[in-house]
Amino acid sequence: MEKVLLKNIDNPDSATIKAYEAAGGYQSLKKALDLEPKKIIEEVKSSGLRGRGGAGFPTGMKWDFASRDPKFPKYLLCNADEGEPGTFKDRPILEKNPHLLIEGMIISAYALQAERGYIYLRGEYPHARDVLEKAIAEAYERGYLGENILGKGFRFDLSVHQGAGAYICGEETALIESIEGRRGQPRIKPPFPVNVGAWGMPTVVNNVETLANIPYIVEIGGEAYAKIGSSDCPGPKLYSISCCVEKPGVYELPMGTSLREIIYEHAGGIKGGRELKAVIPGGISTPVLTPDKIDTPMDFVSLPKIGSMLGSGAIMVFDDTVCLVRVCWRAMRFFEHESCGKCTPCREGTGWMRNILERIENGFGREGDIELLQDVALSISGKTFCPLGDGAANVVLSFIRNFPDEFEYHIKNKKCSAGEE
Amino acid sequence: MALVDEIREIGRKYPDRRGALLPSLYLAQKEYGWLSQEAYETVSEALNLPPATVKGVATFYAMYRKKPMGRHLIQLCTNVACMVMGAERLVDLLKERYGLEPGGTTEDGRFSLVIMECIGACDRAPAMLVDTDFHSDLNETNIFEILEKYK
Repeated sequence: MEKVLLKNIDNPDSATIKAYEAAGGYQSLKKALDLEPKKIIEEVKSSGLRGRGGAGFPTGMKWDFASRDPKFPKYLLCNADEGEPGTFKDRPILEKNPHLLIEGMIISAYALQAERGYIYLRGEYPHARDVLEKAIAEAYERGYLGENILGKGFRFDLSVHQGAGAYICGEETALIESIEGRRGQPRIKPPFPVNVGAWGMPTVVNNVETLANIPYIVEIGGEAYAKIGSSDCPGPKLYSISCCVEKPGVYELPMGTSLREIIYEHAGGIKGGRELKAVIPGGISTPVLTPDKIDTPMDFVSLPKIGSMLGSGAIMVFDDTVCLVRVCWRAMRFFEHESCGKCTPCREGTGWMRNILERIENGFGREGDIELLQDVALSISGKTFCPLGDGAANVVLSFIRNFPDEFEYHIKNKKCSAGEE
Repeated sequence: MALVDEIREIGRKYPDRRGALLPSLYLAQKEYGWLSQEAYETVSEALNLPPATVKGVATFYAMYRKKPMGRHLIQLCTNVACMVMGAERLVDLLKERYGLEPGGTTEDGRFSLVIMECIGACDRAPAMLVDTDFHSDLNETNIFEILEKYK
């Protein structure tokens, strides 16, 4: 497949506007500004593009909701808070192909008639901040940003807003709170941000990868785009794969590529030829899978059928030397740290689960701890404002469901079975 | 430009100047080294917000420094991918070599250590930031070769 999102990134100058334009960059913007905004929304709808941040909401529909709201000004926010453990798919776009994102944002803003945009960038990516700020300055110089873009009378201003190390700000309403200068605690929905978002105005929040698809959709048209990859959630997809594989990294492949193909053909198989034990398909919040499930296509439709989710497409591969109780404990330490504290089940439950997992891992597990963990997890699921609590519960429930023996072994023998021959 | 003016300038990028609060806290942290009472008061004055509001927001976010730090801040990731690739051993080694514990500072004020929650470099794990420099593919040897460059 021809690369769309990672096109040209092997060029050491790929982040410069010169290299981007030489590879055909900003041509889609020129085309878009000659179209009616509504026409672009129609193209994105017909492309079937679904949001790449994790929820997989149809992008065209989201835009349509915001566009139909009569209130102005409207805001366009790029979610570059890539904080889901295991996820690093947006990093190559941010660091090596920033103009693709910027072009995507200008076209999107024109479609929405939004005059102001912000890139909410995680604080952990200081290099990406420098790259983006330089790229934005270049785009202003060339008349792609600012007043009267390319003489077409459209105005759009864009800047980077740097986060400060809070995973929860990847949740769109928490992200909005954070841009407004508040603690990043999610808001209850409805109202949805498309109607009542940043500063109370209609706001679209899209992931980096989602926005980076827009120039290509404008270039080839929605219908042609819809033919790439899985028919019910088409397009190219960035998969990030890490842990126990020979060639970890970010791979751009058609949506719906199987886990088996990604692990064994692209990522070179399990490190050292060891045995595959478990796979997390979409970032730490998505339910873990056993090796018999790896023929599943990696998309928004197929993974839910086997009890997991595509999430951010962040594949974490564990071989037979990895202790899954320890993985589960470390994941829970993360959720406890990142729970914003607003909803009691998540704030208290993540700490309790971490505590119980810690004692099991340290050889002090008690009979009944597995049932207790499940009970706490089920008391969080579906009882919180945002999906952070569900993610934490998913980890515990799916690890116990798929690997009960490993937990039982820890409790009974006060030690780990992983790595024992 | 004085810090207060710099903050007010950033405020222009937002329809409500409170939007400038997160960037302002970064600027104040850079100027004062950490978010001291004086730092909070400067931000508070520049944005016309109560100091308690400013502090309330700052304490929510992990990357603001709520206490004085060493000359160099090591932010080491030990989240799942880094853990699987050996980050926990590196935490132990930092303690052995420098007497440096997570959340602590070395006696000579050279390094502070903060454990980071996923640095987004799982393919090059374990990884860390030293100040704003990114370092990856760490192991028991190269981590010290890197750190010895920070005096």
